[in-house]
Amino acid sequence: MSAAPGAVVPRRRSGAQQSPWWALLFVGPTALGLAVFYLWPTVRTLYLSFTEAGMFGGYTWVGLDNYAALLADPELLTALRNTFVYTVIVLVGIPVAVVVATLLNTPGLRGRGVYRVLYFLPVVTMPAAIALVWRMLYNGDYGVLNQALGAVGISGRSWLTDPATALVAVAVVAIWAGLGTSIVIFLAGLQGIPASVMEAAKLDGAGPVRTFRSVTVPLLSPSIFFVSVVGIIGALQVFDLVYMMVGRNNPALPDTKTVVYLFYEAGFLDNHRGSAAAIAFVLLVIILGLTVLQFRLQKRWVHYE
Amino acid sequence: MRHSAPRRYAAAVLALAPALALTACAGDDGTAAADGPVTLTYGIWDKNQEPAMRQIADAFTETHPDVTVEIELTPFADYWTKLRTAVSGGTGPDVFWMNGPNIQAYASNGALEPLADLDTSGYPQGLVDLYTVDGTVYGAPKDFDTIGVWYNKDLFDAAGVEYPADDWTWDDYVETAERLTDPDKGVWGSAAALNDQQNYYDTIAQAGAEVISSDGTTTGYGTPEALTGLEFWTDQIAAGLSPTQEQMTDTSPETLFTSGKVAMYWSGSWSAVAYDSNEAVAESVDVAPLPAGPEGNQSVIHGVGNVVNAGGEHKDVAAQFAAFASSEEAATIQAEAGAVIPAYTGTQQAWVDAMPQYHLDVFIDALETAVPYPASRNTSAWTSVQDEVLTQVWSGNLEPAEGNAQLGEQVQAALDAEQE
Repeated sequence: MSAAPGAVVPRRRSGAQQSPWWALLFVGPTALGLAVFYLWPTVRTLYLSFTEAGMFGGYTWVGLDNYAALLADPELLTALRNTFVYTVIVLVGIPVAVVVATLLNTPGLRGRGVYRVLYFLPVVTMPAAIALVWRMLYNGDYGVLNQALGAVGISGRSWLTDPATALVAVAVVAIWAGLGTSIVIFLAGLQGIPASVMEAAKLDGAGPVRTFRSVTVPLLSPSIFFVSVVGIIGALQVFDLVYMMVGRNNPALPDTKTVVYLFYEAGFLDNHRGSAAAIAFVLLVIILGLTVLQFRLQKRWVHYE
Repeated sequence: MRHSAPRRYAAAVLALAPALALTACAGDDGTAAADGPVTLTYGIWDKNQEPAMRQIADAFTETHPDVTVEIELTPFADYWTKLRTAVSGGTGPDVFWMNGPNIQAYASNGALEPLADLDTSGYPQGLVDLYTVDGTVYGAPKDFDTIGVWYNKDLFDAAGVEYPADDWTWDDYVETAERLTDPDKGVWGSAAALNDQQNYYDTIAQAGAEVISSDGTTTGYGTPEALTGLEFWTDQIAAGLSPTQEQMTDTSPETLFTSGKVAMYWSGSWSAVAYDSNEAVAESVDVAPLPAGPEGNQSVIHGVGNVVNAGGEHKDVAAQFAAFASSEEAATIQAEAGAVIPAYTGTQQAWVDAMPQYHLDVFIDALETAVPYPASRNTSAWTSVQDEVLTQVWSGNLEPAEGNAQLGEQVQAALDAEQE
């Protein structure tokens, strides 16, 4: 998460000279970690998705059965729809974070440290605590949100159990909780914009809005690209907030069930670990596809100075 | 799949067991393992019972100085998910609590060590049967629980309603709930909670149906009797006598009860110790027998058992601890702590006497007509369907008759799949 935008996309790909042998020592530890904790589990998951697991270990080869059953299951479509809707809503957090970061970067802003701490606080708070507190805020009968709305004459609703609002309610919490991370990355990006460019814009008579639109955003586009790639990957994998804020026996669960929640149900509640592995792999392919697509499309809007 | 790897390991371990037993016998009192101190882990899910379990563990250490027992508490909501993963991965606790819905799945898959040496004569036969799979005893009955109607005396007094009589009926219950419901004060007479064991399993039995037949092959869902048992609850929500399913999702019905918003709440004997230690309700609640439906006032009976992990390192000591944790001595510790009704015959009165302000004999009397907790070989396969369909019925998105019919088909299909 702490990587600077420039680290993700190498500026030039021309460095074809041989790396010395000892370069391997530097990448070794990371490569080992990746292999043990990411590559090997991915290979195993792919293998397990072609099997059906026994109750306490052991498995039998079933070929493509899990995938056939999964694609025929209407729940997968619903879960995909819920996940995409959720992801789109969460992406609203990116423009918000750009604006907030620009404001926080205003020269001579008083109490800048305080604001930065406030925006970053949710990032270092445990997701379980966030979910618990927001459940209370959203409570239909006793929640602060409805009491505030009631004070101005609006009658609220039970936000997390109403199928019409539950998914949005969860996504709003995700935006709030993730804002701090995006802001930090945008602040780093903003500080990389040369002051001379800003001054030139000013001399040319650009106001703050015009400068933001025509100078800040284009020069910030590598950071925006990074945040959107990471954000989409994270949003497509959402589980914890749905699990803790919606939960079982909630009438709105069918309308908030995400792909990873489906995976959880299959793997941990119904004990169909083979099907669960198939779900995980389908999601991996979708995420991979979307990420490749984003890297293709970046040429049209991302400016590297 | 049936000849899975752990099964083969289990067989290998069993073959080694006599050798292990030999080394174990070398211990000075013939009980502790030979090689120095042993640490057992004991998996439980109820925080209210943790102090009593700690006492039992300490009592075991007194007679087995080499053995220390660590208690591993996992809240019930995550207990089975975590346990299944841990047992599969070989890191499960040595001894752990088992329940009716899960015993058959664990025992028939070789995850549990048979308790060959357990003397079962001290326990009610129904509980021994619950933990016997294919003729082998796998669990030492620890406790049992039945259901009663917990009620808030203050709310009854404020509404001028007399406390429930022992022989009350469904009609009396609904009438009492009507008189207690006061929308202006935000008080509901009843809570039609979507709880299986505490609510609809009981009323389905009282209406004359079986959720699952005792041999685990057919379901009673789909019958008119089951529908009557479900509608007892959904009618209360429709009439405004209970909070809605949405409200009970936002705020748990038990929280509504203990904060004086709900006057009557169906719950088990296990609630006694929780209410007793909750200052807000300790003196203001009491318990009554379940009201009688068309076929009586049956309560579901269920009991926890202590079982031994077949993949554990110290299975001999673990088996001794499991037996001890279900023994008369441990039962008495449990009874005096008031945690739960101990299963060991003759120790129940101490539990009733532990909290004299409540009519706890209600739970012991319920034994007479109690019906077994519905379970089968793969219980979670049909309970997940049941939860999903009934959530929609409770929230009013699905007519009870339609939901009951769907359950009749889908639960039966799940049971048929178990027989294949």
